[in-house]
Parts: sequence; C-alpha cells; structure tokens
Amino acid sequence: MAKKYHVSVTVNGDDCEFLCEPQQTLLDALRDELMLAGTKEGCATGDCGACTVMVDGTMVCSCLVLAVEAEGSRIETIEGMADGEKLHPLQRHFLELNGLQCGICTPGILIAAKALLAQNPDPSESEIRYWLAGNLCRCTGYDKIIRSVQAAAKEMRGEGA
Amino acid sequence: MDLRYEAPQTLEAAVALLAGASGTTRLLAGGTDVIVQMETDLIEPRLLVDIKKIAQLREIVAENGGFRVGAAVPGMELLNHAAFCKAWPGVIEGVKLIGSIQVKGRASMGGNLCNASPAADSVPALVAAGAIARIVGSKGAREVPVEKIPIAPGKTSLAKDEIVVSFLFPPRPPRSGDAYLRFTPRTEMDIAVVGVGVSLTLDQGGTCTAARVALGAVAPTVLLVEEGAQALVGSKVDDAALDRLANAASAACRPIDDKRGTKEYRIKVAGVLARRTALAALERARRS
Repeated sequence: MAKKYHVSVTVNGDDCEFLCEPQQTLLDALRDELMLAGTKEGCATGDCGACTVMVDGTMVCSCLVLAVEAEGSRIETIEGMADGEKLHPLQRHFLELNGLQCGICTPGILIAAKALLAQNPDPSESEIRYWLAGNLCRCTGYDKIIRSVQAAAKEMRGEGA
Repeated sequence: MDLRYEAPQTLEAAVALLAGASGTTRLLAGGTDVIVQMETDLIEPRLLVDIKKIAQLREIVAENGGFRVGAAVPGMELLNHAAFCKAWPGVIEGVKLIGSIQVKGRASMGGNLCNASPAADSVPALVAAGAIARIVGSKGAREVPVEKIPIAPGKTSLAKDEIVVSFLFPPRPPRSGDAYLRFTPRTEMDIAVVGVGVSLTLDQGGTCTAARVALGAVAPTVLLVEEGAQALVGSKVDDAALDRLANAASAACRPIDDKRGTKEYRIKVAGVLARRTALAALERARRS
C-alpha cells in the first residue's frame, strides 16, 4: 500500500482535509475524496479544460495538478459559484441562452468565464474566444457560449439583462 | 512501484534528493508535461521533486541591468510582469503560445526547456534572446547558454542531480527588438510546424549591429542559426539581407515529415517565417 499524504485546503471557503496518493490529481481528489463531482473529467491531459478550477486565484486544469501539491491552497470550484439557490449571472444566462447542451464542458467554462470577467468586465467577442480557447465544447459550436458570457457581462456591469 | 513526493524548500535539499535517488526521477514545476506523461504511462517515476517552494526558482528580479527569471515562474506570472514584457516582447510571444490560460497558470519556461520538445514555443525566443541558464548540481553552479541544454527530443545535457534554477536575460542596448512567430494550422492550442525567434540591435543609422536567430520544430532540437544572424549583421535589414536570412533559415532545417507538415513544407515555411519574424523584431528595435 502506497504511502498516503495528508492534505489540508479550503474549497469554496470551507476547510477540508483528505488523504491522497502522490500520483492522484486534484481533479480525482475533488471528485473521489471530497465528493465534489461538479468538476468534470474530459481528456485528463490538460487539453479540454472541463476540469478547470481556481487554485489561489489562478485558473488551472485540475487534472494537471497533483492533489498533494495543493496543500495549503485556496480552491474554488463550480459548487461555490451560486449563492445558495441563487444562480450566478453567468449560470443564469447560460441556461436562458442555451449556452450548454450535454453540460460536461460547462462547469469549466463557467469558472473560466468568471475569471475573465473578474479582470475584464467588458471583453470583446474576440477576447472571450481567445480566453476560452482552452475550453473545448463539442455540442454548441461556441456561439451560444459567447453570447451567454456577453449577456452575463452586460448584466454584471449594471447595464441590464 | 511506489511514488514518493518531496517539496524541498532549498536548492541544496533538492540536489541532495536527486543525487540520492534511484530509478526514474522527475522534477515537478508546472507539471503540464510531467503529469500528462505519468497519466498516459509514458513514465513511471519513483520520486517527484516539487521545486516550486524554492525561492530562487520563483523570483523575477533585476540583475546587472537585465532580468533574472526563476525557471519555475508560471507563464501567467511572467505575462503579468510589465517591465519584462516591455523589455522582451518576443520571449513573451513564445510564452503566450504555451497552451491555454489554464496551462500557462502552471507551465514554466524551465519546464518548457527541460521537456526538450523540438517544438517548445518559448525556447527559440529564449535562444534568440541570448538567455543564460543557471544550473545547480552537487558539483556546484554553472552558467550555460539555453541552446546547449536540449540535446535530442526529450533529452537534455543536465546531469542527474542538476536543476535549471533561473534564466539571465542580458541588458537591452538601445534600438533592440525581439520577436517570436510560429506557424500552426490553428491560431490557438496547437503545436508549432515551424517557430522562429529573432533578436536584433540597430545602430543610430539603422544598421544591424547584433542579431540572433533561432528555429524551432525543424530539427531534433531548437537550432541557433549563426548564418541567419550573419545575414542581418552589417545590413539595414533590407530585402537583400532578408533574402539571405530566409535562405540561411531554410538551409539550417533538418526536419521530419509528420502529420503537421512535410520536410519540404517546413523548410519552405522556415524561410518565410524567418523573414516575417525579423521584420517584427526590426519594427520593435526602431520604436525602442
């Protein structure tokens, strides 16, 4: 039996602890140890962005982070995006404008879009497309995703829905 | 076989771990290559040494009028460093192409270099910049030009217990500019068919006094093309000089055929792209 490592982190503001093996990824630890299955596994090689989370304020693919490396870090996942029952504007606009179909890429795209709007509240279409280049969607053709992000950005700037 | 993870705080401790290790060992910086190689069973390391807690690997500091950048500094951190971006826009162009924003949140120039892919995007730009790597091992420290580190696809000239700690970028004379361009079928999230880095300096009359030209993805390692630099030095970077540069770049290629391009195609594109990259560097040198 391989040595297990004890890891303490905060996830969406809550203190959490888990045991992991050294080769286990943060993605696996979130899903299998902390039972936070909102973060999805797509490719597991950093190409698709489905597993995007924030670690200490930086957007990363959680499949490309070892769980043991996350010791002491502050992690934000899709589970922390809504305020209780109240959806984040990005979530609401994705639903209203059909910014998703199968939904596997959606948590990663929402996390990435939120990170974009935090640093650039009024991105151009081209800026949104380049920022989301690391998030693959095989259903929507992207247009509805872009429109959903634009609509949420507009609302968040206080320019009405 | 069990894997052991260590995250030493000092270079001495990291070197001691490497020196004492048996079996496959890997340094872990951003992990964007190493973790994929583990996940896809290309490697099965016994020891991972996480070097991100070592201060020298994470700093960006001024040194002798230039910059020293820690080998494990993540791409996004470098892209947000205004003074470095102003001094070395070509290096920044290379770093910007290392994968998605998510990947650049972790991936470092040291990892991009030591993974030793011939198509690594930051490496031709580092070579063109004349960046010097500081390497520390159990026998002490040495300073090595970046182009001496990769020796074959996936292989470096580093000893088992050596670590690339940082890169020194020399001070920039007035009227200097650098650029990195790559050719890929897609605009984002792709691997270079050809990459070209050029750095050059002009005198007050606009004559090129110094140049470095590097090519990626056209040989087993990134190439420093001396003949390309000679084509530019002494010229006004006019059409005749650019033709000589393009010929020198194409002549230096030793590419393979693969799904991204044939040998013939890469040789042709290397010349075209070298010309465009030199023009981009020239424009920056004139404005600086």
